Amino acid sequence: MWAYVIRKLVYNIPVYLGIILLTMAALRVRDPVAGYLGKNATQSQIDRLTEDMGLDDPFIVQYGRFLWQIVRFDFSEESWAQPGRSVRSILIDSIPPSMSITLPQVAASAMIAMVIALISAYFRGRLVDRVLVFLAVLGMSISYLVYIVFGQFFGAFLPQHLDLKVQPFAIQGYLPWLTEPRNWLTYCLLPVMIGVIVALGFDTRFYRAVMVEESSRDYIVTATAKGASKPKIMFVHMLKNAMIPIITRIMATLPFLITGSILLEVYFNIPGMGRQLITALVANDFPVIQAFVSVLALLFILSIILTDVLYALVDPRVRLS
Amino acid sequence: MTNRPDTRSRGLQPPEQEVGRGGGFQPRDGRPKAVLEVRRLTTRFRTDDGVVTAVDDVSFDVLAGETLGIVGESGCGKTVTSKSIMRLLPEHIASYGEHSEVRFDGVNILRADSRQMRRIRGDKIAMIFQEPMTSLNPVFTVGWQIDEALRYHTNLSRRERRERTIEMLRLVEIPNPERRIGQYPHQLSGGMRQRVMIAMALCCEPDVLIADEPTTALDVTIQAQILDLMSSLKEKLGTAIMLITHNLGVVAQVCDRVLVMYAGRVIEQGCVREIFHAPQHPYTQALLESIPKHGARRSRTHKLPTIRGIVPSLRHLPAGCRFNDRCTYCQQRCIDEEPELIERGLPRPVRCHFPLNQALASADHAKGER
Repeated sequence: MWAYVIRKLVYNIPVYLGIILLTMAALRVRDPVAGYLGKNATQSQIDRLTEDMGLDDPFIVQYGRFLWQIVRFDFSEESWAQPGRSVRSILIDSIPPSMSITLPQVAASAMIAMVIALISAYFRGRLVDRVLVFLAVLGMSISYLVYIVFGQFFGAFLPQHLDLKVQPFAIQGYLPWLTEPRNWLTYCLLPVMIGVIVALGFDTRFYRAVMVEESSRDYIVTATAKGASKPKIMFVHMLKNAMIPIITRIMATLPFLITGSILLEVYFNIPGMGRQLITALVANDFPVIQAFVSVLALLFILSIILTDVLYALVDPRVRLS
Repeated sequence: MTNRPDTRSRGLQPPEQEVGRGGGFQPRDGRPKAVLEVRRLTTRFRTDDGVVTAVDDVSFDVLAGETLGIVGESGCGKTVTSKSIMRLLPEHIASYGEHSEVRFDGVNILRADSRQMRRIRGDKIAMIFQEPMTSLNPVFTVGWQIDEALRYHTNLSRRERRERTIEMLRLVEIPNPERRIGQYPHQLSGGMRQRVMIAMALCCEPDVLIADEPTTALDVTIQAQILDLMSSLKEKLGTAIMLITHNLGVVAQVCDRVLVMYAGRVIEQGCVREIFHAPQHPYTQALLESIPKHGARRSRTHKLPTIRGIVPSLRHLPAGCRFNDRCTYCQQRCIDEEPELIERGLPRPVRCHFPLNQALASADHAKGER
């Protein structure tokens, strides 16, 4: 097992080196310093920034230096757009807020969707199934923005406006978990719920399709012929087989969720990675963009490796080959 | 063509000696007990284009300890019959006729509740399937899967179940069973997997084993081994076998009695030697004729006889006899009315207005009686 994990890690090293190479090259196609400072910059300003970032060195030297920075997680350069803050502190500060809305969201939507999908597949073709599928399609057809606006208005604004006793949600904002756990919950609950509702429609439909496909497999007939009860068949025989595509799906959405809650982070004013990346892109904040892209690529690769490891745990055919 | 067919020149094994090797099965002391009685079984499927009747008014018995073969072309209702007996068809599209009954041990299986069904399935009636490659669950070890049946139907302890599992694997001639029980299906060959399926089906010593084309997906040498194994286990455990196949060679090798099906109906039934020696239905005869002849002279003019046409779609069954559009002997009456499956003074039930080989069949039957 460990040999398998290490092999996967080693195989992915050249992939990551390639990603960094392409990222760095792409960011240098147009001169980043000129792009940031604009037309009215003086030659001395340009020279200073270029020298600070070492952009006047040969590309191969910059490549080596940046790789070494990644290995040590040492992004000590100052952000261009946010003077006085190092890239490292921006990264470190933005990871927890992002995680506090994405991780609960992934976990909750996967669990709920799996239960609904099992119920739906159990009652396949009957009224319960039809209603659930209808709700799933309805849920995924409504825009993110509608949920956000409705949630903020009815969930947060109205209770505050009418001065109700129960005010479960904040309209927007974020406080760190460690220092303010109660407020953290208030701030995160609404965006997480909205994220779950939106994901639920897609997930339920996908998981239901997986379950329905598994339920028509020959081994299900064998299990029935053996005298297994329907719950046993669904939760033991089917679920373990269905886990393979389900893991793929969850893990594949993970890296996108890190950046993908940009919408939620922007509307709820949560200082997460998505929002920071957007801000940096808009401001041509070269050091931040370069560091974020590299770290996100790393997270992406790690989640793919984790997927492979989970496969191996579930599916004996993967384990032994 | 009502004269005596020459079985020898058809290349079949001489029926007097070797056909029906599976049993000196003869109803000796009166009629042997029927363990499974299928009465007027009708299975319908609701499809998008209306209701299709896949099995139509099929009745037969499975007698204790016998091997009953069910033969017919693809789509004639063999598999649906067997899955109806086990109630394995998807219940939201399959329904059974009002008068249909599958009697087992005083219970009508078609109307049994899910608890009764669970008690029967795997314990009293077990089944093995056509595709050993996909019939086992890929993510559990074969030991676990055999153990599962024992868990549901016996009170054995964990260790006793393990011993029983190993014993079963040894019985189906899997070498090194202690190691095999920890392996996954993908680590076993097709023949091995079918042996595991047989071990799984027989571990609770069922009264009836339904084998739905158990050798179709295997190569020929393995086929013979699996059939031998099934026959010997039948002798050892006294299990009745219902063997579904389209391979008449297999029928000749292992069956005692045969049921020939066509387009959802039984068209002829009888002992193997009777059917092979003196087929009464033109379809049965045509099936027998289309077996490749071993050692027959190959000439450019001689072609293997086939049955022209295809099995009629269940949606567009011909009026009258369902075989009439493919039958060499078709007459006006065959188009006007469908024959009943009755004996009408014939030695064996056959669904034909103009049955063949009557004299021969009667003689065979008389011989059997004595």
